[in-house]
Amino acid sequence: MAKATYLDAIRLAQQEEMMRDNRVFIMGEDIVCNVFGTTTGFVELFGTERVRDTPISENGFMGAGAGAAMVGMRPIIDTTLSSFLYPAMDQIISIIAKSRYIYGGQAQLPLVIRSCMFYGNSNAAQHSDRPYPMFMNMPGLKIIAPSTAYDMKGLLKAAIRENDPVMCFEDSTCWTSKDELPDAPDFIIPLGKGDIKREGSDVSIIGVAGAVQLALKAAKQLAAQGISAEVVDPRTLAPLDMPLILQSVRKTGRAIIVDPAHQVCSAASEISATIVEQAFDALRAPVLRVTTAQTHMPFSPLIEKSLYPTVDRIMAAAHKLVTGRPAVDA
Amino acid sequence: MTDRPNDHSLEKYRRMQRIRTFESEAEAIHAAGEIPGALHTYSGQEGSGVGCCMALRTDDYMVGTHRSHGHPIAKGAALRPLMAELLGKATGVCKGKGGSMHLSDFSVGSLGETSIVGSGVPVAAGAALGSKLQGVDRVTLCFFGDGATNEGAFHEGMNLAAIWKLPVVFVCENNGYAVSTPASVTVPVKDVAERAKAYGMPAVIVDGQDVDAVEAVVADAVLRARTGGGPTLVETKTYRYGEHAVNMGRILLDRGSELDEWRQRDPITLYRAKLIAQGVEAATLDAIEQEVVTEVADALEFARQSPYPDVTEAFDDVFVDRLPIPDYINS
Ligand SMILES: Cc1ncc(C[n+]2csc(CCOP(=O)(O)OP(=O)(O)O)c2C)c(N)n1
Ligand SMILES: [Mg+2]
Repeated sequence: MAKATYLDAIRLAQQEEMMRDNRVFIMGEDIVCNVFGTTTGFVELFGTERVRDTPISENGFMGAGAGAAMVGMRPIIDTTLSSFLYPAMDQIISIIAKSRYIYGGQAQLPLVIRSCMFYGNSNAAQHSDRPYPMFMNMPGLKIIAPSTAYDMKGLLKAAIRENDPVMCFEDSTCWTSKDELPDAPDFIIPLGKGDIKREGSDVSIIGVAGAVQLALKAAKQLAAQGISAEVVDPRTLAPLDMPLILQSVRKTGRAIIVDPAHQVCSAASEISATIVEQAFDALRAPVLRVTTAQTHMPFSPLIEKSLYPTVDRIMAAAHKLVTGRPAVDA
Repeated sequence: MTDRPNDHSLEKYRRMQRIRTFESEAEAIHAAGEIPGALHTYSGQEGSGVGCCMALRTDDYMVGTHRSHGHPIAKGAALRPLMAELLGKATGVCKGKGGSMHLSDFSVGSLGETSIVGSGVPVAAGAALGSKLQGVDRVTLCFFGDGATNEGAFHEGMNLAAIWKLPVVFVCENNGYAVSTPASVTVPVKDVAERAKAYGMPAVIVDGQDVDAVEAVVADAVLRARTGGGPTLVETKTYRYGEHAVNMGRILLDRGSELDEWRQRDPITLYRAKLIAQGVEAATLDAIEQEVVTEVADALEFARQSPYPDVTEAFDDVFVDRLPIPDYINS
């Protein structure tokens, strides 16, 4: 076992699965040159047939991934940034999500759509998206949003082995986080299984993607202030591990959902609504969402950063729920 | 393609008749309320679909469109599951979840008949990429309409196929219209085929009412694709007799004498005359027609006898594993 980053985990998961199964191939823009380091050494290992540079045709190569999957290949489609999923919406929604259904199970689409949520870096509104909620609204897509290197490796390997289409949302705020990574070839984390990242008894903080790291920091500081927070990481957004989330909320009686997406119809909204519907009797306080405001992401760094969930906002929410008072300044 | 009629010629005749008869029966029962939704009929375009598919091997792939009734029949699909699908039955080829715009039979190489205009083109390129990566010599044929060639998906898919020299045959079935809009209004070049130039792709225009001519040009393109020569764009000039879709609002075009002129060049009538001129007995062709009538009647009877899907079917095939069924269903 060696310590490796979130980006290493992506690379290793892909490399191991491409070694294991020659139906797996990867395509996307500038894959050969390898901008983020997730395909380092791949051309030498697998050649340019299986490591393919594409034209800037997101809808075209997304559809090509669908066609290749239908004839028995297992493509990994690297869309670089999540913002570039939008030109490919046609193929993701109408072909990839719906083909198995519309043809009554005749089509199988084992493919992975990877994209990075590159936010918080002054890239302005068109390059700073966290768009997984849009896809959670669409049946037929499985969605993973790992928050650690360990989870990334296990979930991405599982995603590549899935026989359903999986979208992998990679949070750039987690890129440099490190874990010991198991190197057992069959180390996988099954989709749909959440994880308790920290145990606690006063409040459940459910974090989505990079927000899990914020929730953990907040939990640590809250502990010093006498509040015991449990941090729940769903890891997979579709399907959601609601049993795990509900179990935690039933234990603590309070819930905060931290989600870097815009608030309206976010993952936080869905989780929140389900908690209220299914665990209302266990709630001792309202369910709170800590999300990104319903405005665009501006370029100028200070105003951009002020819009996302922060440790302070999470702590304030926890204090409000547990003590009914604003957080005391440390 | 051959001058002497043989079993292959008779099979072309049979498949064109099957499409025509299948659809006229479908239209009749649709009018009687037995088929829900709209019907996108292929009548008039049979020479195009059958000419193309008869140039393919059984294991070659095919991607089609919302005008989906003709393609699977041309590729050799059985009629019972197709008719059952139109009636929304559990025994339908898509278990009643696709309907008129999605008659797609994967057992004959279909990879979908997709109703988002142009969306099949990248899929076809991808299937061909799959065959290339697998080192198999299967070819993918992709049908789309004139209207689809104004979609970005068309251009992106053509470009991918061209740069990667993929084994695809793109077939634009140019019936002159996208719903009510003539191609002349939306396509700035005289022939769709000209668009291939932008991708360095060979293109050929063929009379879509002449099934042999279509088969000949598609056979060339298939051979090129199969032997590593890359994609071709074939434009079949054809015509649909019906309105855009039966039961889809009133989109009735005033097509003047055009419809009559095209009916003069009906692909089935033309082919029948050609076969007879080549020495086929009229009785042989009549017998084929009779057999087809019986087959279609059998398919309709099968569809009528078949059950509707259980409501739980709505939760199957979203993923490999069936979804949980919400409480309000069946309660
Ligand atoms: C993306 C998209 N836009 C619009 C429609 C509505 N629509 C259905 S068929 C059609 C016309 C398609 O024309 P063409 O490609 O020539 O095929 P044809 O119907 O003539 O066979 C349109 C506009 C659609 N299904 N998909
Ligand atoms: Mg048309």
